[in-house]
Amino acid sequence: MKPLLNIEDISVNYGAIKALKNVSMSVNKGHIVSLIGANGAGKSTLLKAIVGLEPLIGGSITYGDITLATDNIRKSIRTENIAKLGISLVPEGRHVFTDMSVEENLDMGAFLVRDDALIKRKKEEMYDFFPILGERRRQKTRSLSGGEQQMMAIARALMSSPKLLLLDEPGLGLAPLIVQDIFEKIAYINKTENITVFLVEQNAKMALKASTEGYVMENGRIVLSGSSEKLLKSKEVQEAYLGA
Amino acid sequence: MGSISEFFQHLMNGLTLGGIYALIALGYTMVYGILKFINFAHGDILMFGAYIGLFVFNFLRGDSPLGTWTFISFFIAMLISMIVTGALGVAIERIAYKPLRKASRLAPLLSAIGVSFILSNGAAWMWGTQSRKLEYPFDNAPFTVGGVVITPHQVMILIVSLIMMLALIIFVNNTRMGKAMRAVSLDQDTSRLMGINVNSVISLTFAIGSALAASGGMLIALDFKVYPSMGMMIGLKAFVAAVVGGIGNIGGAMLGGILLGLLETFGVAILGIPPAMKDTISFGILILVLLVKPEGLLGKAVREKV
Ligand SMILES: Nc1ncnc2c1ncn2[C@@H]1O[C@H](COP(=O)(O)OP(=O)(O)OP(=O)(O)O)[C@@H](O)[C@H]1O
Ligand SMILES: [Mg+2]
Repeated sequence: MKPLLNIEDISVNYGAIKALKNVSMSVNKGHIVSLIGANGAGKSTLLKAIVGLEPLIGGSITYGDITLATDNIRKSIRTENIAKLGISLVPEGRHVFTDMSVEENLDMGAFLVRDDALIKRKKEEMYDFFPILGERRRQKTRSLSGGEQQMMAIARALMSSPKLLLLDEPGLGLAPLIVQDIFEKIAYINKTENITVFLVEQNAKMALKASTEGYVMENGRIVLSGSSEKLLKSKEVQEAYLGA
Repeated sequence: MGSISEFFQHLMNGLTLGGIYALIALGYTMVYGILKFINFAHGDILMFGAYIGLFVFNFLRGDSPLGTWTFISFFIAMLISMIVTGALGVAIERIAYKPLRKASRLAPLLSAIGVSFILSNGAAWMWGTQSRKLEYPFDNAPFTVGGVVITPHQVMILIVSLIMMLALIIFVNNTRMGKAMRAVSLDQDTSRLMGINVNSVISLTFAIGSALAASGGMLIALDFKVYPSMGMMIGLKAFVAAVVGGIGNIGGAMLGGILLGLLETFGVAILGIPPAMKDTISFGILILVLLVKPEGLLGKAVREKV
């Protein structure tokens, strides 16, 4: 079967810094795929390249039959047109709209949904799924805790009913229990809504346990890949990422 | 005249002046909120709006005496001026600012100063430097309420600025595009991820800011005439109002504008500041606010949660 997201031989530079070097990987429909790697490995850069926030200098990214990005910027999809295709990114550091309420953040997540009844229903769904957001719906998201902001960002990304959910370190800086809760919710969304998930994490153990396949990135290159189960047991991963 | 009615007299005068400052300050603050840049041509956009309003009003009115038609044609002229000036604002952004969006922060600022000169010199070249009178569309004979002398013009300023501000508040808080505008001013890349077209939102911002300036320009022209450099001082004052209120903050621009109008009026009337020194009041307040609360009265000291 053809993968939903296919990344082929892409490279991204920041000036003289080579952030991604000939990276290839794929995400199958319905799966949870994880990408792990240390600080500065290039994980966020890869996600930004998918959504058109960083231009490619080589290679291509396709989503089904659609070419998302190539080294020709004119033939690449602009970031504002990514959501229309059913792709949602929960960016690193959450990036909630701090000066807007929980409800308004959800409205923004549904910016392209032009059906008020559907928006209302999706909001109720989110409040059921993340009860704390329901309690805080009129509160500015600036005053939410880190974990609440992360849930806010995930709920906002789900408002457009995406087919592919990209998550950039959803566990960053959160207490283990909250991370666990968030990961369980991600698995639940994947199963019940059939949303394909591409999960970027530094927390290798959590990410590999939650996913079916995994990739390991070092210095802008994929150095290991395979089934998450195998990766969890592999010597390289255990030594480098699991502190064994 | 008793001191109470005297107080209300100054209040009335201050509120009308402040209402106009607020209308103009909104354009500065909305553009700053999104692009983090001061549109120094805003005062000249206001002047342009006053000219358009003047021409359309005179054309529509023709030889009609004061009456219903004259009154209505003033508001039609205001509407047309707002639309045309809004389009001018959008065009200026597209031509003079957009290409510089990724350049240094200084580049669009210099471009704005250039646009300012082009607009004011262009107006002088096309329409001459003499000032033209924009006639009141009604008999502006003042009336007295409880010892307070009020002109119909003042009443119009209060009503028009109140309606515009309320409409703007409703727009940014309750409509899809208004919320998108706030989102873009908070985080452009994340807004794009939501499917918001940032360029359209920026255009809309310039359209609204310029349209509000056009209405402010017409209101003030009724008292102070229309001439190519009419936007300079009022533009600068409105800018001060935006900074005092907290630049980037819509409520702040409204508050700053009204506060500045009141302080100027009461400063002259109560503190006995000579009218010739009136303009220094605004700039004195600006310096004071910058020293005590640099982010402005309603501005937030920026701190992000990580
Ligand atoms: N805007 C930028 N300009 C210049 N260099 C950048 C920029 N963004 C990232 N880099 C560099 O590119 C490399 C990859 O960064 P990236 O953010 O993709 O790493 P990451 O794997 O997401 O790290 P982390 O786990 O810390 O988030 C790093 O060396 C980083 O310093
Ligand atoms: Mg990262």
